[in-house]
Parts: sequence; structure tokens; C-alpha cells
Amino acid sequence: MPKRDDLESILLIGSGPIVIGQACEFDYSGTQACRVLREEGYRVVLVNSNPATIMTDPEFADATYVEPLDVPTITRIIEKERPDALLPTLGGQTGLNLAVALHDAGVLDRFGVELIGANVEAIRTAEDRQRFKLAMTEIGLQVPPSGIAYTVDEALVVAQQVGYPVIVRPAFILGGGGTGMAHGVDEMHRVAERGLAASPISEILIERSISGWKEYELEVMRDHADNVVVICSIENVDPMGVHTGESITVAPAQTLTDVEYQQMRDAAFACIRRIGVETGGSNVQFAVHPRTGEQVIIEMNPRVSRSSALASKATGFPIAKIAAKLAVGYRLDEIQNDITRETPASFEPTIDYVVTKFPRWAFEKLPGAAPVLGTQMQSVGEVMAIGRTFAESLQKAVRSLETGRLGLNCDPTERELDAFGDDELVSSAAVPTPERLFHVEAALRRFVSVERVHEVTNIDPWFCDQILQIVEERDRLEQLGLQQMTRADWRRAKRLGFGDGQLAYLWGVPQADIRAARLAAGVRVTYKTVDTCAAEFSAFTPYHYGTYEDTDEIAPLTKPAVVILGSGPNRIGQGVEFDYCCVHAAFALRDAGFETVMVNCNPETVSTDYDTSDRLFFEPLTEEDVLNICERLTDSGGPGGLKGVIVSLGGQTPLKLAHVLERNGIPVLGTSPSSIDAAEDREQFNALCTKLGIPQPPGGTATNVDEAQRIANEIHYPVLVRPSYVLGGRAMQIVYDDTDLRRAMVELTHTGSLGREGGLSLERPALIDRFLEDAVEVDVDALRDRTGEVLIGGVMEHIEEAGVHSGDSACAIPPPTLAADVIRTIEQHTCALAEALDVIGLCNVQYAVKDDTVFVIEANPRASRTVPFVSKATGVPLAKVAARVMLGATLEELREEGLLHPPAEGGHVAVKEAVLPFGRFPDVDTILGPEMRSTGEVMGIDRTFGMAFGKSQAGAGNTLPHRGTVFLSLADRDKNAGLLAARRFAELGFAIAATAGTARALDENGVPVDTVVAKVGEDVGVDAVDLISSGKVDFVVNTPRGRGPRADGMHIRRAALSHGVACVTTVSAALAAAAGISEELARPPEVRSLQEYHDDGQLRLEV
Amino acid sequence: MADALLVLADGTTFEGEAVGYAPPDGVATGEVVFNTALSGYQEIVTDPSYAGQIITFTYPHIGNYGINERDDQARVPHCRGVVVRDLARRASNWRATEHLDAFLRRHKVPGITGIDTRRLTRHIRQAGAIPGAFGVADRDTLLAAAERDGGTDGCDLASAVTTAQPYTIGPDAASLYVVAYDFGIKRSILDHLVGEGCQVEVVPARPPAEEVLARAPAGVFLSNGPGDPAAVTDAARNVRELVGKLPVFGICLGHQIMSLALGARTFKLRFGHHGGNHPVRHVPTGRVEITSQNHNYAVDADSLPEGSVVSHLNLNDGDIEGVHTGGLGAFSVQYHPEAGPGPHDARYLFKEFTELMRAG
Ligand SMILES: Nc1ncnc2c1ncn2[C@@H]1O[C@H](COP(=O)(O)OP(=O)(O)O)[C@@H](O)[C@H]1O
Ligand SMILES: Nc1ncnc2c1ncn2[C@@H]1O[C@H](COP(=O)(O)OP(=O)(O)O)[C@@H](O)[C@H]1O
Ligand SMILES: [Mg+2]
Ligand SMILES: [Mg+2]
Repeated sequence: MPKRDDLESILLIGSGPIVIGQACEFDYSGTQACRVLREEGYRVVLVNSNPATIMTDPEFADATYVEPLDVPTITRIIEKERPDALLPTLGGQTGLNLAVALHDAGVLDRFGVELIGANVEAIRTAEDRQRFKLAMTEIGLQVPPSGIAYTVDEALVVAQQVGYPVIVRPAFILGGGGTGMAHGVDEMHRVAERGLAASPISEILIERSISGWKEYELEVMRDHADNVVVICSIENVDPMGVHTGESITVAPAQTLTDVEYQQMRDAAFACIRRIGVETGGSNVQFAVHPRTGEQVIIEMNPRVSRSSALASKATGFPIAKIAAKLAVGYRLDEIQNDITRETPASFEPTIDYVVTKFPRWAFEKLPGAAPVLGTQMQSVGEVMAIGRTFAESLQKAVRSLETGRLGLNCDPTERELDAFGDDELVSSAAVPTPERLFHVEAALRRFVSVERVHEVTNIDPWFCDQILQIVEERDRLEQLGLQQMTRADWRRAKRLGFGDGQLAYLWGVPQADIRAARLAAGVRVTYKTVDTCAAEFSAFTPYHYGTYEDTDEIAPLTKPAVVILGSGPNRIGQGVEFDYCCVHAAFALRDAGFETVMVNCNPETVSTDYDTSDRLFFEPLTEEDVLNICERLTDSGGPGGLKGVIVSLGGQTPLKLAHVLERNGIPVLGTSPSSIDAAEDREQFNALCTKLGIPQPPGGTATNVDEAQRIANEIHYPVLVRPSYVLGGRAMQIVYDDTDLRRAMVELTHTGSLGREGGLSLERPALIDRFLEDAVEVDVDALRDRTGEVLIGGVMEHIEEAGVHSGDSACAIPPPTLAADVIRTIEQHTCALAEALDVIGLCNVQYAVKDDTVFVIEANPRASRTVPFVSKATGVPLAKVAARVMLGATLEELREEGLLHPPAEGGHVAVKEAVLPFGRFPDVDTILGPEMRSTGEVMGIDRTFGMAFGKSQAGAGNTLPHRGTVFLSLADRDKNAGLLAARRFAELGFAIAATAGTARALDENGVPVDTVVAKVGEDVGVDAVDLISSGKVDFVVNTPRGRGPRADGMHIRRAALSHGVACVTTVSAALAAAAGISEELARPPEVRSLQEYHDDGQLRLEV
Repeated sequence: MADALLVLADGTTFEGEAVGYAPPDGVATGEVVFNTALSGYQEIVTDPSYAGQIITFTYPHIGNYGINERDDQARVPHCRGVVVRDLARRASNWRATEHLDAFLRRHKVPGITGIDTRRLTRHIRQAGAIPGAFGVADRDTLLAAAERDGGTDGCDLASAVTTAQPYTIGPDAASLYVVAYDFGIKRSILDHLVGEGCQVEVVPARPPAEEVLARAPAGVFLSNGPGDPAAVTDAARNVRELVGKLPVFGICLGHQIMSLALGARTFKLRFGHHGGNHPVRHVPTGRVEITSQNHNYAVDADSLPEGSVVSHLNLNDGDIEGVHTGGLGAFSVQYHPEAGPGPHDARYLFKEFTELMRAG
């Protein structure tokens, strides 16, 4: 049956902000779905609160709503747009849960919206752990013994019956949120409590632990004619007990016989049929007993997932795209495989390479969180690497991570392990941590047997033996030495994935020499193609990976080519925003007639979709791998040549390669590497600002504690200590006295937390700046072309004061409070800096405004995190314009061309709010500081600041209350400002509760306090935590007291978090909230699409 | 491991290392084909249909889960050699009893590893299945050997791999007695027939129709097997005399032989179908089956006589995948419903065969 013509418009729900467990893989799936559905002629209505996504670009849907993802808001959108159908399976767990909620609220029936893809019954059967188990048992599949509980007491009983150790798994969760292991009653108490809290229906499954079993996933697709296929099988290197999202995983499965694999395939099919997913992709997880082969089914996700994104990139089969087509009525055999073009999508991809996924964690940014992996997701991103062997793909994956590692050890980071004794290594390897595999390698290198390693880690002996082969090769290479290396030796080493960097370390020579020697030996990388069919048919899509074989498959360049370097794995400080910029560059440059070449190693992204660019190289973003690609393209011949490389859109990752490229004679497009230094290098930048007469916070650079001390005494405390060449305020601290300063400096040294990232040195000094207290922070994104014209993209005023990292604070366009002349000064400074740095393309400048003096904090001659937000707010496609400008177009030309048009402004305000991961890290303080810790962002857009701010809070899961009690606990220096906030809340009819000190201050100034609570610990009466826990508080304002590690007040903030009470930690945010509440009380809520906002803006300009 | 070369008859040369059995002259020859399955190397290596052929595995890691006692498809492998990118040196699976390398040596199957199998596969895709030779011998020797090897065209390889003596499996109590012509039959086919309640007498490729009819079976099965169907002596003639008299079911070579018996022609495909992911449409229902395939020859659609109907079509290249004779109670498929290795989507065919026999 061809596509359905009884549907006209379809509603898609995105997955909202990037959070742990739900990242940009859903931007990838959502973007694909939008594209497909529009190609098929449907009207697409999209709602997603995340402005950093590509899917929320106005051109991807007919109506794009950047609004909070909650039932009331989506109901309004449905009421307004009247879609015929809702496709719930492409927006992650968020989309799925909302679809169910909308159904339960009767909204879908009321407006006659049909659920396509998966019906509510199917979603329930899959997501409700208990119903799932019954269903699976009913069709004869094995599941681990278990029981259900709704209270902690029930849980304890069930646990006894099931038998410890048990694992607790909440219903309707993602990324293992709230799951956990319990070995005994005490532990069970805590784990059960957390699990019940995590489940929206407070239901938990208590299951016998089968930790240590082998874990597998199958990605399955089904069409309405009941044709079912497996797209990809995935084997976890880390066995059961470590969440698949936390595990190193490999495609295809490596250690299953065909008999076992087919048994698993049959089970997956039986599962998807029983669950009743009518069309689309599902993810089915299995565990296999290593010694008996017994198979049990763990769960199924009736939607596209992180793993389906991985499977799509791993096989070249675009699951989300096909799922969208199936949802509107196509059968698999009616859809063409667009890689082979001659064969249908009704087949099972087969591959002739190995794919390894490696997660990336951010524990270094979350002091207090123990870096131990378990059934909860904690990783913030992942990389994927392709090689012809597991060893090759594994080592490529590790060097893709950008954690300072060059491969599976054989690099400077391995020195940390010298301290370990053999037994220590083995016992540390027994614990799943981000370091585990490196400990395994070291243990094997010390002649610990594969059997022993398997015994303590439960990592399959086959994987251990593969690592042992890397170990043995390393020894061989060490014996040989660089001089003895023959062509055969180079091939052998490279085929096991050894990077030039590792060999440089091994032989103590510069990396450039390694490269030269290898090329001299005639050993070059060869690029193979990902084609879904192991070369059985010819492939039309140039989706390549590098390996060391006889021949490669690179076609000559047909047009002038531009290489766009992506941003690598998602991490805190560098995420989907940069992928957005790279993807836009690819689109703009393709339209402008260039051949676009994308290089990236992040499987979650749109940039690594094979039809985003003309060519895709799924490769690590390292010196070696990028040079290989550029050189290969340069000698590829053909009419087009290599125009150059764009390094300024992928964040800090590609920027770091600018010099290497230049040194190797490869043109760097846009701002020159020397200008990049002028901005990054503190001395040079200071000189520049002085020359331009732009004020900076007083400060200096120090490479040791004494220098730091001297500077601090000159400029006076408080000072801000920050390492150079870092992103996201890494290891940045505000210190108030000498002792704080010493501690901070020590942490920056090699032995300290920043050790692996390079520590301190003359090349990497620490910057000691006067910390500007209570200053307003302002972010500016600007563009400059080769004629020197500068375009101010957007001026963003932060809600939180300077000192809260720009990435973690809310900000607004246009600036709600800045004086016109201040804005003018900021714009002038920005133009002057762009001019002086000879910026070609984007640059981002951050300012702190204190008592009307505008200080510049830093300038980055590259795309910033805020570019997509600015574009959504103003309708100006900054990244596209930047890409064109970097290739020589002038702003004037782009205006004529129509790509660049005036910003849509005047009628609306856009507020960006950060989303923080604290929910997953119970022991981390939620206080905001100069080190960025947010994983994602949402946008609220409306006619006024208050309404927009309110939406941004709702979007971030901090919905503002309209009545009730506000609890205040303020630091002394915040008491005056806090007074104002308290008064506003009182005027809005809120009751006021406060801790003694704050209460006194309010009282004295005539703000009545209804409840005074004791400091926590003072066991007199109820304390703050009791009050919050008792549900009597609706809003918490807690500004940090004391200095250095601001421990005090933490329990208040944690209590608010764990009881879902909205909480702000700055007075400025409290004032904004008050503004939002009063607006929300005054006006009925309204939803409008970006298209409407932008068109209005344009109209306003015309009249 | 000793350095070795793989040389194709057209002179194309690949570098690798010798594994498995080491032939005294350092030369192994055969027709080089590739298989794209991700798992199931044990079943593939022991599938008699590969007689005369060198199997290239497109998946790089082969041998990971070793060899076990259950999954062999025949008592001994009949292939001429295996070509892999990376032969596992450690076997890991709870059922594993032996390493693939040891197994190859024990059964005198030479192998070569470290080969750029993707380059080889792309070459075969262009040039077609082509004779080749590999081993530790020098390039000229290997090239000469490759040129000497005639390939499989016109060879009756089935007679070489068929059983010498008839044998019977399945319980005497079984309700259905089936005679199976052994052109190189796979164990999993017999398992399925027995599983469906048949007792099966497996007979050599030769016995004439009257001998078979004399045994008064409920039906006749035509097995898979190697080589050129047109060259299998007498087979088509025998089958012609059986079709219409009693239910007949053929798989792969058996399908080609039945088609020949019905008067159709067969032809050689460029590089054949060898893998576990080929989509096939069941024409009556439109349902798609993912199938296990292993054949170099196919039935020419235009040559199909009146009365025989195409029941299955390959969705990749439109080749005939199944034929039935309408009223005559005979049907056959080009692919492998018994899997071993491969997906189980088409198992229903064994049931259809037994239903046909029960009805007839
Ligand atoms: N019974 C069990 N014993 C041990 N580990 C388990 C068990 N069930 C699940 N796990 C582990 O917990 C992880 C998360 O469980 P899962 O149900 O997949 O949650 P999610 O819905 O977040 O994917 C799994 O990947 C697996 O490693
Ligand atoms: N002199 C200063 N006074 C007050 N706050 C500052 C000062 N310098 C930096 N900050 C704060 O620290 C944050 C991080 O500094 P920044 O240089 O932007 O780090 P990164 O480049 O890693 O983002 C800024 O967003 C700002 O809030
Ligand atoms: Mg799940
Ligand atoms: Mg899971």
C-alpha cells in the first residue's frame, strides 16, 4: 500500500533539552522525520523546547513551536493547528510519555488526533515493566525473576522473595533514571526510594540481578504488513549491570553463533509483534548467560533510540527516516535503499567492518559524584569509530574521545597506572569505571592472564584477547624501533589501530616524524565505504571510514571542496549547538555550489547523517586523521580542488587543529590561526584591549602559586582563577583569600584534577582576574566579512550575575534591563575587537557590566554556543551566513542573494534557560558557578520578558507556581536585593517562609514573614529541609552563603531538587521569576510558531 | 604465520598469511566466491554446496565463537578453501569445542587470512565468480594453478559429494516416509523434515525414478548441492518421471533440477547469491521473507513452461526464487528455508510439504 492520503498534517514532538540519557540522537531522528514527511507532502507541525536543535529550524517544519513540552501547552498547539495525526516515536522517551499523557487527558480524542507509529496500548505494554514481563512470559520468552512494588515496604518484601542482589527498575524512565542495585535491606531502602521517585507512576520493578551476563541489543523494524527485519545487532563489551548507554558497545555481535543469534532474532520478532508496535523501529535488549547460553529479554523500547541512531550510522540504514515513511503507510519493500538505489529497504544490512561506541563522561566537572558505572546513565556523550578490525575501531574510538588519550594506553596518560601494583590493577578493573578498559590493558601488559581478567570483569575473553593483541603488538613495536619499521610492520601496527601519537610516545620522537616515516614506507590510509551490503552492490553514497588496506574508494572531487570539521562527542560545554552550526554550513555551502565534506565521530548527530554533506568521513578529529583526509582529497584529482577547511564552527575541537593544518599547507578558511591565538593567548589579548581602550577586569597570568599570590595581592580579592585553553569554564574558581587561592592553584597542576588536560605550564598559564561581583554579564554573537562590515547577530543579557558561567545562566534577547548607551558601547567594543582580530566569520564576545562600566571578559573568534538561540530568536541564519562569508562572500552580496535579511525583532522576547544534570548526581551541590555544568538548554519565546521567562522555566522543568509559599534563605550580601524579590512575591499573594537570619532582615524592612524555620541541624522545631520535604513550599530562593566550596545551603537546594520544588540560587533569577509569575497571572497563556514570530518581525520592518 | 598470496585467474593478487591446512605444494585452487553473512561460518564451511569453491567471508572477524559439535551441515567440509580478513586466534562461546583453525587443519581445508576481502569482493562483483589459487607458493605457480582451474561450469559436483549408500533417519513410527535425493544435502534440512514428522531415506544422486517409486514414499525431496544443475547426470530425467506422481519439494540445486525437469533452462549468475539477508517476495501474499541463499545458477524466467508458476521472487535482482507446478503437487525454492545459517522466515515451507503429502 502506498502512503496514506487520508492524513494532511502530522504533529511531531521533539525530545526537549539535551539531558543525560536523551541527547542529540533525537535531533537526528526528528530532523530526518520532518524532512521525509514534508517530502511526502504532509504539513508538519513540530514542537520542541530546545532551540539548539536543527529540527527546530523554521525551514524543517510548516509550523515550529519552541514551547515547553507539557500537556497544557501541547494541547493549545493541537487546538490551534488541528493535526490529523501525532507521530510519538521519534522524540525519545519524552515524546512517548507525552503522547500517552495527551491520550489519557482525552486530548487526542477530543481533537480527533490519530496516534501513528505506536498506539497507547503498545507503549504501555512496553514501558510498564510488569505488563511487559507478563506479555513476554505469555509468548514463552524468559525474563529474570521479579516482582512489582509501589511503596518502599512492598519493595523490601518483594526483594526478599526475589532474593538479593536485586536491581530496581522504575517504569516509564529513560537512561536508567532511578535504577539501581541493592545487595541487602539497608541498600534496598535507599534504592527503592529513589526508584519510586523516578517513576512518573511511582512503580518499580524489583528483579533478580543477572549482572555479569552478556548484554545484547537488536534494532528491529516492522511495517504495517508485518514484515520485520533486524537492522543491526549490538554486543556490549561491559556486561549486564552497566547500562548500555554507559557501556562500550560493538556492532555487529561478535561472540554469538548463528544458532544463538537466530534464536535472539526470533525472540525480538515475537516481542515486537506481541507488544503491537504497528510500524517503525524498536530496540530490544537481551542478556545471555556466558556459560549456559540461557537467553532472557531485558526490555524493549517501542521507538527510535540512542541505539537506533548508532545502528543507523553503523550500517548506513537510516532507521528514523524509514520509520517515518512506514508510519504514513509505506511497506518496507516499497521503500528504496538510497545507498544502493537498486535494492529495497526490506532487507537486513550486512557490514564488513567493526563499529565501536565509547561513552564520554564528565565526572571531572561534578565533584562529589563517584565515577562508578552502573544501571543509571551518567555519560554525557559518545563517540563511534569504524575499523576493519575490533582492535582498530577500539583504538580509533579512544582517540576520538578527546580525553587526552591517544589510544588504548601507549600514551602519557598511562603513567598514572605505574603507581598501581598488579593486584591493584586487577581489583580496580573489577569495578566498572570510565578507566576500566585502560586498567585491563595495563593488567594484560603485566602478564595477568586473559582468564583472570575475564573472571574479575566478566568481559568476554574474545574482547580481552583482542586487547592482548594490541598489547603484544606494542611490545613488538617497542623492540623494533622506528628505524627497523618495514612496510609490513607499519601495516600491521596501523591495522591494529595504533595512532601516530601513540607511536611518537612509544619511540620518543615527534609525531610529524612518525607520519613522514610511514608515508616514506609507502603506507597510506585507505578509505572504504559504509554501504549496507558488504560491497555486494555498488554504493552511491560517499560515506567513508579510514583503514589500512590495499585499495580505497574515494571518487575524484567534482567541484571545489570544503572540509567542515565537526565538534566530536557531546560534552558539557560543547554539544548540539556546534553540530547545528556545522550542519548549517554544509547546507549553505552545498547550495552555493561547493562540494561539502563533513568530518566527525559523534553518532548521535545530524552532521554524521550521510546525506547532510556531499561526503562524510566518520573519523576521529585528530591531527593524524584530519591530515590524512585533507591529503587524500588533495591528491584525489578531478576538476574541483580542496578550497580549505572550516575549523571555527565545531567549538574548541577543530579550532585546536588550525595550526597543524596551516603548517601542512592546508588552507584554514575564515579567521586566521594567528588571530585565533591573539584572542586565546592572554598576553596578546590584554595588549589588544589596552590598545583599543577596552576595559578588562584587572588581572595577570601565573604558572605557579607564588605568582598567583602576587597578582591576587595586587588586584585584591575576590579573584577568579581560570586555566587557559579550556572550554566551559573548566576548573574555574572564584576565590576569596590566600588559602582558597593555594588550593585552587594546586588543582590546576599535573597532580590535580586538571592533570590529564595538560595541567599548568608556561604554555598553559592560569589566568588570575579580579572577580567582578554583582556584575551583569552580556554575550554578543557577531559576524564580520572580508570587507570589514560587522553584523551584530544578537546581544544577550544574562539573568544570573557574572560568575555564573554563560552556559549555565539564563539570558534574554533583547536585553531587558541594559541601558541603550551601554548596548551601544558593547556593540562598538565588539566591532573594534572583530576589526582588530581581523575576524572573517563568527565571533563571540563576553562582557561584564558593573556600574555602567563595560568590561570585556573574553572573545572567541569562532561560533559560540548561543548561535542557534540567536537565530531562533531573530530569524537570521547566522551559521549559514558565516559559512558563506568564510568562503569570500560579503554581507552585502548575501543580502542581495536573500540569505541575509534583517532580524525579526520588536514584537517578542526570547529567553534561553540552561538545564542541569544534578538530578542524576545526588551528591553534587546544585549551586551555579564559573564552571559550566549544564547539559542542554531550552528557549521560552513570547511577547513579553515575563511570559518568555516563565516558559523557559517550564521548559526546563522548573514550572513557576502561581500561588503558595516562597521560601527564602539568603547570603548576607544578597539580603538587600533579596528584600526586593520577597516584596514582589508578597505582593503577588505568596506566603513567605525564611530561615532566621533572612527572616530578621525581611522583618526589619517591613516584609511580613509567615514561617520562620530553624537552620538545618539545630534540632529546634521544623528546619528548612523538613518544610520543603513536607510539600509546604512552592518556590525556593537560596543564594549560597560563605565562600570557597559553598557547602552551606546545599541540603536546602537538594531537598528542593529531590521534591521537585522550583529553586533558584540567585536573587536576579528570583526577580525574573516574580516578573514571570505576575505576567502569567495577568494574561492567558498563548502559543505561537517561530514562523509567526519571524514573519511578524519582517512585517513590522516593512511598515 | 607464513606469508601467502591469493592470485585470481585474471592475475589480480592479494597479500595475506597462510592458516588452516598447509597443502604440501603450497597451492589451493577453486572458484572464488564471497558470502556476506555475519554469523554462521561453521555451517557455511561445512555446506556441501561449496564443493569446488573457495569461500571469501566479507565479515572481517571469522572464528570468534569457535566450532561446536552441533552446527556442522555435513560430516566433512567440501569447500576448497577459506579467505578471511582476520582469523580469530581465540574461540569464545559456551558451546565451542575447537578452534576454527584447528578444524580447518583437521579437515585439510587450506585458508588465508589478512586479505583485503572488501577489495576482493568488489573485484568479484565486477569480474564475476572467478577461479583463483592461494598459498605459500610463488605468484607464478599460483597464477598458473588459477588459470588451470576450470571453475564449476559444466561439472557434476553433486555426484562427488552425494552419499555412497542410502541411509534412513527419523523414527520408524513417523507418519510420513520421504525419499530425499542427496545432491549434497545439509543436515538442517533433514532436521526440519524429521521435525515435521517425516522418516527420511537419503539416497544417492543417481537412482532412477522407478527405484524411488518402488519405495512408495509419501513424497520426494530434492536437496541442495554444488555446481551446475545442467551437469547433474540423469537427475532432471528422474525428476520428470516423479513430478505429478507424488509430492515433490526441492531446495536450491533441487529447485534448479526440478525446473529443468519441467523444461526450463538454468543460467549462471555473475557472482551468485551467498548470504543471509536476501529479501524474497512470496508472490501470493506479498509478504517479504529474509532468506539464506547460496547459489551461482538460477532458473531462466522466460524458459518456464506453461503450468509452472513463479511463487517467490528476489527483490534485489528479480530472479526467480520459487516455482510450483499448480496441480502437479510439486514445488521448489531457490533459497534455503532450512536456514543453517540464516533467518527462519521461510520454515513454513516444510509444513507445506508435509501437508501436501498428507493431502496426496
Ligand atoms: N536483572 C538485571 N540484572 C543486572 N543488570 C540489569 C538487569 N536488568 C537491567 N540491567 C542493566 O540495567 C541497564 C538499564 O536497564 P534498562 O531496562 O535497559 O533501562 P533503560 O530503560 O534506561 O534502558 C541495562 O542496560 C542492564 O545493563
Ligand atoms: N572577571 C570576571 N568577573 C566575574 N565573572 C567572570 C570574570 N571572568 C569570567 N567570569 C565568569 O566566568 C565564566 C566563564 O568564563 P569564560 O572566560 O567565559 O570561560 P569559558 O571560555 O571556558 O566559557 C563567564 O561566563 C563569567 O560568568
Ligand atoms: Mg528503556
Ligand atoms: Mg535499555
